[in-house]
Amino acid sequence: MCAKLMDNNITDRMEKVPYRNLPSKLSLLWLACMLAFSVTQISFASTTVLPTQAVDTAKGESLFKANCAACHNLYKKMTGPALFGVGDKYEKQWLYSWIKNSQEMVKSGDAQAVKIFEENNGSVMTAFPQLSDADIDDIIAYTYKEKKVAPPPTVDPAAASSGGGMSNDIILAVLALVFLLLVVMLVLVNKTLRRIAEANGVEYDQKEKGTPVWKAFIQNQFLVLVFSIFLLLSAGYFAYGWMMQVGVDQGYAPVQPIHYSHRIHAGDNQIDCNYCHSSARKSKTSGIPSLNVCMNCHKTISEVAEATQAEGEKEYGVDYNAEIKKLYTAVGWDVDSQSYTGDTQPVKWVRIHNLPDFAYFNHSQHVTVAGVECQKCHGPVEEMEIMEQFSPLTMGWCINCHRDTNIKVEDNAYYEKIHEELSKKYGVDKLTAAQMGGLECGKCHY
Amino acid sequence: MASNKKYWKSVEELNENSSIVETLKQNEFVEPIPTDEFLGNKETLEASSTTRRDFLKYVGFTTAAASLAACEGPVIKSIPYVVAPDEIVPGVANYYATSMADGFDFANVLVKTREGRPIKIERNDLAKNGGSVNARVHASVLSMYDKNRLQGPKVDGNDVSWDDFHGAVAAKLSAMAGKDVVLLTQTFASPSTSKLISEFKTKYPNVRHVVYDTVSSSEALDAFQAEFGMRALPDYDFSKAEVIVSVGADFIGDWQGGGYEASYAKGRIPKNGKMSRHIQFEANMSLSGANADKRVPVTPSDQMKVLLALTGNGSTSGLPENVVDAVNKAKGQLQKAGSKGVIITGLPNVAAQKTALSYNKTVGSVVMDTEKPRLTSMGNASEVANVMNGVISGSVKGLITVGVNPVYSFPNAAFAEAYKNLEMSLAFAMNADETASMAQMVGATPHYLESWGDVQMKKGSFGLMQPTIRPLFNTMQFQDCLLKWTGSDKKYYDYLKESWESSILAGGSWSQALHDGFYESDVEVETDAVTSETTETSTSNGALLEPIQEGLELTLYTKTGLGDGQQANNPWLQELPDPISRASWDNYVTVSAADASEMGLENFNVANGALNGSYVNIKMGDVVVEKVPVLIQPGQAKGSVGLAFGYGRKAAVQQEMQTGVNAYTLYNNFSSVQNVTLEKVSGVHEFACVQLHNTMMGRDIIRETTLEIFNTKDKDAWNAVPMVSKDHQEIPVSSPDADLWDEFDHSIGHHFNLSIDLNACTGCGACVIACHAENNVPVVGKAEMRKSRDMHWLRIDRYYSSEDSFSADTEKKDNISGLGSSLSEFGEMEHPADNPQVAFQPVMCQHCNHAPCETVCPVAATSHGKQGQNQMAYNRCVGTRYCANNCPYKVRRFNWFLYSENDEFDYHMNNDLGRMVLNPDVVVRSRGVMEKCSMCIQMTQKAILDAKRDGRAVKDSEFKTACSAACETGAIQFGDINNHDSEVFKLKEDKRMYHLLEAVGTKPNVFYHTKVRNTNEA
Repeated sequence: MCAKLMDNNITDRMEKVPYRNLPSKLSLLWLACMLAFSVTQISFASTTVLPTQAVDTAKGESLFKANCAACHNLYKKMTGPALFGVGDKYEKQWLYSWIKNSQEMVKSGDAQAVKIFEENNGSVMTAFPQLSDADIDDIIAYTYKEKKVAPPPTVDPAAASSGGGMSNDIILAVLALVFLLLVVMLVLVNKTLRRIAEANGVEYDQKEKGTPVWKAFIQNQFLVLVFSIFLLLSAGYFAYGWMMQVGVDQGYAPVQPIHYSHRIHAGDNQIDCNYCHSSARKSKTSGIPSLNVCMNCHKTISEVAEATQAEGEKEYGVDYNAEIKKLYTAVGWDVDSQSYTGDTQPVKWVRIHNLPDFAYFNHSQHVTVAGVECQKCHGPVEEMEIMEQFSPLTMGWCINCHRDTNIKVEDNAYYEKIHEELSKKYGVDKLTAAQMGGLECGKCHY
Repeated sequence: MASNKKYWKSVEELNENSSIVETLKQNEFVEPIPTDEFLGNKETLEASSTTRRDFLKYVGFTTAAASLAACEGPVIKSIPYVVAPDEIVPGVANYYATSMADGFDFANVLVKTREGRPIKIERNDLAKNGGSVNARVHASVLSMYDKNRLQGPKVDGNDVSWDDFHGAVAAKLSAMAGKDVVLLTQTFASPSTSKLISEFKTKYPNVRHVVYDTVSSSEALDAFQAEFGMRALPDYDFSKAEVIVSVGADFIGDWQGGGYEASYAKGRIPKNGKMSRHIQFEANMSLSGANADKRVPVTPSDQMKVLLALTGNGSTSGLPENVVDAVNKAKGQLQKAGSKGVIITGLPNVAAQKTALSYNKTVGSVVMDTEKPRLTSMGNASEVANVMNGVISGSVKGLITVGVNPVYSFPNAAFAEAYKNLEMSLAFAMNADETASMAQMVGATPHYLESWGDVQMKKGSFGLMQPTIRPLFNTMQFQDCLLKWTGSDKKYYDYLKESWESSILAGGSWSQALHDGFYESDVEVETDAVTSETTETSTSNGALLEPIQEGLELTLYTKTGLGDGQQANNPWLQELPDPISRASWDNYVTVSAADASEMGLENFNVANGALNGSYVNIKMGDVVVEKVPVLIQPGQAKGSVGLAFGYGRKAAVQQEMQTGVNAYTLYNNFSSVQNVTLEKVSGVHEFACVQLHNTMMGRDIIRETTLEIFNTKDKDAWNAVPMVSKDHQEIPVSSPDADLWDEFDHSIGHHFNLSIDLNACTGCGACVIACHAENNVPVVGKAEMRKSRDMHWLRIDRYYSSEDSFSADTEKKDNISGLGSSLSEFGEMEHPADNPQVAFQPVMCQHCNHAPCETVCPVAATSHGKQGQNQMAYNRCVGTRYCANNCPYKVRRFNWFLYSENDEFDYHMNNDLGRMVLNPDVVVRSRGVMEKCSMCIQMTQKAILDAKRDGRAVKDSEFKTACSAACETGAIQFGDINNHDSEVFKLKEDKRMYHLLEAVGTKPNVFYHTKVRNTNEA
């Protein structure tokens, strides 16, 4: 009861995500989308304004991404100003020296430098003495790359999903129709044949009418007995199975207030679980990361890559950029001024893994001491677009693992003595968690 | 012959022609039962909106719907921080050092916080002179989560903003210029506050500061000031004492601020054949008397003579013979002890206090420390009396009260009326107590866990107070208000830091001091001890020097639970049984058996075992306290009665906790001894007393011996293992042959044992409250306590001897022979003696290795752990209560009701605020399950996990239970006996070690140390 005090319990009914894996079978639409994409690509090439001398835009792009992208975006203000067409705004020589060491210019009192420095809240731009003038030219050339105009949403995701559903239905309906036709035809053929036979006076054996099967069955008391026992047993089996799943929420994947993709963060970007769930190493709870942890990265990542955005819209019907906006609203981050407004709206996540109060579980015991992979209990989180409960979290599931898993004694002075003595007692090389006392009631229930 | 008797049923039958008789013969019922009316009329039946069928349908549907709804879990939301504070890791406790200083209890403490909310108070082992963390200090965390607290400032009964409040106060203060305004405060013992108050007085010269200790030590202060030139109280180190003679001083209780049990217990453990000798002369049975080697019941007026005789300033003439004998022997022992002897007294008389002080000074007692005296009590009773009379007479025009509640605690009933008519009344209080509810302006103050502050409990020992949670309500510290009123824009925190850095730290680190919670420094700082030069006071009760002719002598005292009554709304403290009487939720007048029978007062047990008692009216001059329950107290000096302070509060105290009577109305002249008369009145009072049987009947429960036997004889003579018979051979019960069960193998890993030293246990009850806080033990209320349904996992049994001593009891029992003798003599042994020996024994689950409870559980809900703990799986328990019935120690507690979120039990677990105190690591039990002491398995598991995470072995000091951590005297020790370097292993090997009810063969993992009394009279 008490453990949840902080969580500010709010109870309503469970809700699950519909269409977790959206089928995308309309290849035509896909093709159309691809076409539109290539068309816009062509248009970029035509609008790129190249500076006078020969420059390598591609190199500029890679340089930009390596050195500048942490603070600058081409089209909007981040920590630093938007850089689109920056070559037109300033003298090239001035730019060279600014990029190589901006602070020196500010200190020397260059009016323009001071102005920019102040405009950007006095955030110090890193000096890049390693960039040559040619490199800077390349970067400047890259800054003329026009913003891609996002292709008009060709497919409404809802429509797409319902379309997919309909196509399934149609196929099913057609199949059913065909089957029905076949049956009708069969009956008709049979009738016609019989009529022909009658007309031709062909005699065919008229089966003697015996007792119907059901009557015979009822009359056979033994069969009835066996059958009813079987029926009762199987009913019991299924009833038991059904009742055992009560309260087990395996596969529970509730709709979260912000669509957070573990697939992108833990999978594509390979962020360590413990980066965000840092308390898993030292506390009983793994902890839902506070929003300031999100902002460590999302302060600069305000938009996802276009491919990711497109994938999100297509595969999951999610506008990732809008979800990032939700984070900004929650944490009170003003993108334009690149500052916190102080107006926060804490996010009410829906808790997925709910152990009952009478069961004590400690993450650090498993993560730090035993070195259990997070995936062992939480499943392939790095593939989950929407987080779901992977394991049943039942006592039997816990116990089985404790029976099978050897304790990790390496480099842990705590276990030295006890492991040596206990393994001698049980006559084993490696002790399981159960042998260490991991099955005792009081270890988890107090 | 058949009987011709005729049985008449009524007079009607006499009348032969009575129609009534005739009708009755025909009809059983005089009036026909109107069955037709509701069954015959089909229309109404059908018109009824609910037919029987419908009803069944509804029942069926709702049952089905409810069970279906239960199949789907609720959605639980988790709301993380937006910006997580660096120091908070959810699920990991943080500890902060702070100090409690509420004017009555002063202590350096550690506060355990979880997710930013304090959940438990612990001792600060770093602080050497940090006061004592007693039951009230442990319970103080719950007082913060009191839903009856003031939520903001008030002016004329209306909620206002702090700015408006300050405006109103400033206007009032300037309007009061030139008039007599009194700032009546508790003892702050705070250097920074003293400085602030003097700054405030400079700005408003018409304000005078008077310190008011609700329970006064004024006479002792006066005496000390006269002897040593400083207003303070001497400090005592009883561990250095060989002979302690106390005349009416309950120094193990709250005498002069209390907190002496730790040093006392140190000297009470026999070391090298020596322990201190403690002789107590007292009227009420106090904790000190209960722990004494020799206790002599003496009325207060005789106590004065005893004191004078002891110090050679008077004769013993007029004293009873036994007292004279005791005085002479004590005098001889004191003389022998020389500088290692000490006399202390609790008599509210300057002369008496001076006598004791000068005796200790003359013999050069090493026990008394006057160099670094205590500063936690500063009140001057005569000044306070002047203020009280000034308000009543109208000479005092304004009263600002801080941390005190004079309307409740002043003895003069006229004060309340006069207070209402004051020109200015301003109260700083945490809740709308009696004073605050009458004041024109009320400043809502934060709890000490929400405040900044400092305290100098003892000269040279400074403590810091820091907030451990953001203020729960719109409160402001009195000190911050003072800063505002003196025109400063500083926060008290800055002021405090500056004053520490400039005057106390002397180059030391502020951060370190804040981290430790205390700081030792020899600097001189301003104290509350200001005011009058004269030591002449009118408070000492001279009349008591002569025995009174009629009536009784009342000694007012404070109980372990409520103390001076500030925390009356704390259910933990209300439910804590008094260590002596074992009654909870009450105060009562304690009367000696002899006086009771004279006045026809009685105590008796009703059918369910609960205790009932008579009522009396207590009269003192014109003052009458009506309907005070009577408790017959063994050991109460004949001719004396006792009554506890702190009860009878009404304002800001919830209905259930408005218990007892207000003893402050009898606190005339702030003297704890008064002459009263008792008058029996009708009615029977129902006590909630948890111990129904007061004597041991000579059984082997608490083992006791004398120092002489302990030193000279073998262990077998005084601490023998009980023998049992096997094949007509006597074998010790500990032998494997005497065993029904297979032995558990505890040789590998940890094996936890708990040691309880009965010599060191003073019965203070701190462990009980610590256990409450740690284990979410519910509060059940008075009615349930009365039915012996208390939920305390840890109880402190108190036994009285029925003869003069426990050994005499045993002797008597052993010599009983024959049916007649056993009937009468066992009957006699149920009654405590007039002046019994007393012994305390904390009893919790004994964690038997051969546990009777485990074998009878039909669902295996209770089982044995490899680490020695007897484990209880609540979620497996079906509530058969077989285990409780089979437990020889009666330590299992059954949840008869749901005690949380249940309006029937409207205590802290029934409101959101109160539930904040719950320990998130321990589940709150539901109705119908058994619970009991778990040996704080959550704490041992945490210690093990911490070690595992760091990859190291567990240190001995890391294993603790809530009770062992709370034990001020070190009586309770916990540890791993497989670690042969551990403290508890050594204790287990000690020859004083024994198991409770060892003869039963349960092989407990809790063991006790035989109590040794120093009966040497020469």
